[in-house]
Amino acid sequence: MEGVPREEIEALLDLSESYIEQNRQDDKKSSILRGRTLINVFFENSTRTRTSFELAGKRLGADVINMSVSSSAIKKGETLIDTAMTLNAMHPDVLTVRHADSGAVQLLSEKVTCSVLNAGDGSHEHPTQALLDALTIRRRKQQLDGLVVAICGDILHSRVARSNIYLLNTMGATVRLVAPKTLLPAAIDKFGVEVHHTMANGIRDADIIMMLRLQTERMQGSYVPSTREYFRFFGLDREKLTAAKPDALIMHPGPMNRGVEIDSELADDIHRSVIHEQVEMGVAVRMACLDIVTRNLSRNTNGNGS
Amino acid sequence: MTATATDRTAYINARVIDPASGLDATGGVLIEGNKILDVGPDLFLDDVPDGVGTVDCRGYCLAPGLIDMRVHLPEPGDEHKESFESASAAAAAGGVTSIVCLPETDPTIDDVSVVEFFARRARETNIVKIYAHAAVTRGRVGKELTELGILSEAGALAFTDGDTPVADALVMRRALSYAATFGLLIIQRPEEPRLARNGQMNEGEMSTRLGLAGIPAVAEVMMLERDLRLVELTGARYHAANVSTAAAVDAIRNAKAKGLAVTCDTAPQYFTLNDTAVMDYRTFTKVSPPLRNEADRLAVVDGIKDGTIDVIASDHRPQDQDSKRLPYLQAETGIVGLETLLPLTLMMGAGTGIGMLDLLKRLTLAPADLLGMKEGRLATGLPADFTIFDPDCEWVVDADKLQSKSKNTPFDEMRVTGMPICTVVGGRHVYSQLD
Repeated sequence: MEGVPREEIEALLDLSESYIEQNRQDDKKSSILRGRTLINVFFENSTRTRTSFELAGKRLGADVINMSVSSSAIKKGETLIDTAMTLNAMHPDVLTVRHADSGAVQLLSEKVTCSVLNAGDGSHEHPTQALLDALTIRRRKQQLDGLVVAICGDILHSRVARSNIYLLNTMGATVRLVAPKTLLPAAIDKFGVEVHHTMANGIRDADIIMMLRLQTERMQGSYVPSTREYFRFFGLDREKLTAAKPDALIMHPGPMNRGVEIDSELADDIHRSVIHEQVEMGVAVRMACLDIVTRNLSRNTNGNGS
Repeated sequence: MTATATDRTAYINARVIDPASGLDATGGVLIEGNKILDVGPDLFLDDVPDGVGTVDCRGYCLAPGLIDMRVHLPEPGDEHKESFESASAAAAAGGVTSIVCLPETDPTIDDVSVVEFFARRARETNIVKIYAHAAVTRGRVGKELTELGILSEAGALAFTDGDTPVADALVMRRALSYAATFGLLIIQRPEEPRLARNGQMNEGEMSTRLGLAGIPAVAEVMMLERDLRLVELTGARYHAANVSTAAAVDAIRNAKAKGLAVTCDTAPQYFTLNDTAVMDYRTFTKVSPPLRNEADRLAVVDGIKDGTIDVIASDHRPQDQDSKRLPYLQAETGIVGLETLLPLTLMMGAGTGIGMLDLLKRLTLAPADLLGMKEGRLATGLPADFTIFDPDCEWVVDADKLQSKSKNTPFDEMRVTGMPICTVVGGRHVYSQLD
């Protein structure tokens, strides 16, 4: 999302809106992508994002194939570029790629002739997540301009946080980050954000509270001393939430660690939590992205977008 | 018995530059066989005597051959990345007449037999001179000392575990202490390994933007300051390699002011590039230590200017495509540097007003003195190792045309100034555009 201009973001969100309706009908299928081949190449496991892209492709009429590369080629010593070249030879129209290493999707996109969508690369970016978050917020709050958005948790390792920081700044929201210092990356103050180390200050009068997932392996004694201590200071519960605006929305990219970064009761509160709505918006946003990148394909013979 | 005149060659019409004597004047050099017979501005003012061959240097600079004291030559072990022959050709094309290799071979140079293998391969190759540093610890794992004395007698010039710092303070203390017994030099590339663990690039705005794990700049000075305390304790000779941060340059400056026997080097990438070069995940910018920020780069230049940084070495580390065409995290570190060492150094000098004598000293005399080599100067009786270069020639680096087997350079397509014209080793032209 870094460097994507406001008009493009708005156009994508507007297009996504039209797909929300389609997804709520009995007949969810259209044929915009009829004849197109979409391959979901996931070098890192993710049920949620992969399913979302798969549904998005199928609802637009594309042929969709899922590949979990972590379990096959890598073990046989095939490199990322080998995999890219092999897939490219099968003439897919779009590859959606998830990889555990930052920059891997860009590297792959440089070696293929089809369109590439970034489905999350390392700690770098997760653009469709930021778009679906923006769509969710915009539908609830009508606009992004002027909102106060608090992103809380493991900012250091989070591609979701980075993509959201870029998008929200571009759209005129105020971005606050709330985390212990061990979970904040270097020079983060240069990214146009306010940095807070207490939930009370960080979410005060906030319109939106985005909780991030804390990876299990980072919980015990390395980045934070314990799950218990993390929840005590940085987990979202009803008491901490009182600092935010009364109509503040709670978001989470999933999957949640209940009782670690978010209290179960809040996560399931249909008046405050839009977590399931985010998942719904995810399919619509991905349909819009597939629509846009294949439109480019029709004009040129190839085009890369991440 | 005197040698016949036919063994003699006169290099005339040159700008002769010799940092050892401070000479920088139009003149010539007369060699006899593999040795220098005479050097000076007054040489051949009238005419070259009969029977003496002549080489017209066309007004180009003639300086002692460059000595690159930090070359990763991965033979034995990774011959597909670089061999003695390809490294020699790269050195010759870069105006380098002596290279000193790091023990990052497989097997590592921690035993006399490997030093002897190295010497034999160097003799067989017979293009430029190839010397070696030996490991400080067996297997370069930082636990037990190697046979420093015997290895030194066998020809190892100094002792280093290469890119792996000796992390254990007690082992380092004993290494320094034992080396001091024989007056041997310990070279350390300082970096606190635990702090740098998993790091891919310099920590800062750029690493956050790219989502790559960072190595904080202080990782360098932390290890360096520990070592400087141990140097003070043991009275040993210590050389810090690949100095890349402002804090490390300061620490060396202070140690020198205190009178410690401390020296250091840096490589062209640290005074030419900063961490913004990592943009777009170009793995050719992945080096160890990582490219730092602009303030650090400027501090390195200042360190060269005021003499804190004694030596400039290429830190030549060949990597094949399979080691670099990978996501940044998985890619190997290193760039090939032998063929860009001279132009990048000359450009830095021109941009900062460091004089030619001062600049060349860091590439010739300084490493020679540090490692006890007789090369690195132009004087009667010394080996006829010199380089003739055009300081003003502009050219564009083309990775595909490098002599090195590996083409991993971030300087591809960069416009540079200063071109090696002729490289002479022991009186032989090992590279020449003059002939």
